[in-house]
Amino acid sequence: MTERTMIQAIQDAIAIALEQDPRVLVLGEDVGKNGGVFRATEGLQERFGEHRVVDTPLAESGIVGSAVGLAIAGMRPIAEIQFLGFIYETMDQLASQAARVRFRTQGRFTVPLVVRAPFGGGVRTPELHSDSLEALFLHTPGLKVVMPSNPYDAKGLLLAAVADPDPVLVLEPMRLYRLGRMEVPDGHYTVPIGQARIARPGTDVTVVAWGPTVPVALEASEAAAAEGVSCEVVDLRTISPLDRRTLVTSVEKTGRAVVVHEAVRTGGVGAEVLAAIHDGAFYSLLAPVERVTGYDTPYPPPAVEDLWLPTSKRVLAAVRRVMEA
Amino acid sequence: MRTYRWDNDVPAHQVMAPDGTLVGALPQDLDDARLVEFYRWMVFARRFDQRALNLHRQGRLGTYAPFAGQEAAQIGSFAALEKDDWVFPSYREVAGMLFFGLPPEMALLFSKGHPVAGRMPDELNMLPGQIIIAAQTLHAVGAAWASKLRGERRIAATFFGDGATSEGDFHEALNFASVFRLPVVFFCQNNQYAISVPVSRQMAVRSVAQRALAYDMEGICVDGNDVVAVYAAMRRAVDRARSGGGPTLIEAVTYRQGPHTTADDPRRYRDPEAHRTWLETRDPIRRLRLYLEARGAWDEQAEERWLREADERIAQAVERAESHPAPDAAEALFDHVYGTRTPDLEDERRSWLAAWERGANA
Repeated sequence: MTERTMIQAIQDAIAIALEQDPRVLVLGEDVGKNGGVFRATEGLQERFGEHRVVDTPLAESGIVGSAVGLAIAGMRPIAEIQFLGFIYETMDQLASQAARVRFRTQGRFTVPLVVRAPFGGGVRTPELHSDSLEALFLHTPGLKVVMPSNPYDAKGLLLAAVADPDPVLVLEPMRLYRLGRMEVPDGHYTVPIGQARIARPGTDVTVVAWGPTVPVALEASEAAAAEGVSCEVVDLRTISPLDRRTLVTSVEKTGRAVVVHEAVRTGGVGAEVLAAIHDGAFYSLLAPVERVTGYDTPYPPPAVEDLWLPTSKRVLAAVRRVMEA
Repeated sequence: MRTYRWDNDVPAHQVMAPDGTLVGALPQDLDDARLVEFYRWMVFARRFDQRALNLHRQGRLGTYAPFAGQEAAQIGSFAALEKDDWVFPSYREVAGMLFFGLPPEMALLFSKGHPVAGRMPDELNMLPGQIIIAAQTLHAVGAAWASKLRGERRIAATFFGDGATSEGDFHEALNFASVFRLPVVFFCQNNQYAISVPVSRQMAVRSVAQRALAYDMEGICVDGNDVVAVYAAMRRAVDRARSGGGPTLIEAVTYRQGPHTTADDPRRYRDPEAHRTWLETRDPIRRLRLYLEARGAWDEQAEERWLREADERIAQAVERAESHPAPDAAEALFDHVYGTRTPDLEDERRSWLAAWERGANA
């Protein structure tokens, strides 16, 4: 066990993957000499060589498209898209190519590919760096999507993604990269893809969050506890495939739910979470389910982003509303 | 101030003139027997193409993208590959794919929309024809990269049309291949049209091949209706790639004699005068026939026999395609989305099967 920040845990996971499997290689912009703009690959090129930690030309479609070819040919590429906001540049290669190779070849060829991308607000980036775009990929059959909220999950999910036979997007909340440290095992371990986690047990309200909103949900739950309301925080960890079972089990117990995400509200993953609750726990519901999300606008500039992002106060207000309903 | 401007024409390399006479040196490994083999494949492919269009008209085949006129470009290029090389084709490469080992019934099943047709024969490292223009060029780059990293002999070849050279993926692929000096061959069939848009609207440069210059890559422009020139160019590019010399861009100047697909009417956009010239004087099969005839390697009787044999093989393929078992729909729909079905897909598959048993699915 070593105390690690999320970025250190991610770096450790990539190093382990490179060490354990000669088929693994890292490719992306600035991942080599510079060690990644967030230092996720710090020191790895020095350690594993420039053939395994590769600075590519600045071309997102080129990165993912060539990684698809590498994966078809039996390699295990870990591609980095520098910021999730840039992923539209390679949307075809992800959604129409990587996601469909297994299907269109009826299993003859597969794409065991990992695409890492930092995302999320609160770090004062220029425009188009902070958007939360997970809903696009929940809506893309053939892809898996994981979104860790802490160092332990970040390492375990990344190593699970490397071992997965299908393309996995690992979306890393950059606000949490250095927010705190926690004990993280040193060696190889995985956190299973497709399993949510109860981040805080409770009995009155289920608060569903993932990635950067998990700390927000936990803070709101702490405040709610002071008011005598017991919140159960479900950290989805995986967006696709969605762990409907854990959601339904929790809401069957609490009868109330608040869903918190940074992405824009309409068509967000929150809507699918609501559908899961409706399908599985409708008769347990004691109140309409609330959503606390970003607004239906482009991600705003830094001077106003804090006024746009879901806050623990907004979550607490939603918890109060579902309790009063 | 020095400025740079490319103002040269790029003449298409030719070995065999349209009248079948040699204007250049024949590659050493192309003797009469090999050229007869090419010829028979080209005849077979043309007959296959015609039969496929007929089947479509009879409602027995879905959307089909004909390749008539491009047989030399496809067979000449695929012929320079080794059997375990990586092949990333577009949807208009059926002649080359058949030559390379795709059973003809699979090509028909592809146009019948049968999911099994996406599963290429296990012995071939060939992907099904790509629909998204130029997307496959990057996959070839990746596969070539894997070969290079593992020190394998295997190279990658990717096939596409003139329209693809306008796509960003094409340029990213050339750039990656050049930067990493990868064993990949980019083979462009410039067939003059991207659906209805002529190549003059596709690019202001004078040739696709000259685009290689911008990537410090070797570019070759060949007469795509000269099977010998195509083979020679591809041979050179494949050998270079295999020996560590890096990527090559080949442009084969050819002509799509038919429509873009069975859903298109080319009379709306093509120039009738040019069309007649391409068909009457620049047909690739005619050219090779004239050569073989002068060599004494072709006569009417041989032609009749080869046509008959081609038609028999095609009839068998049609029979096999039409009697192919219907897809196992539950498998085709749900079992190849992920390596293991997710809980949602498990549920959806179960409810699909239940609906199937009630007769509620179509």
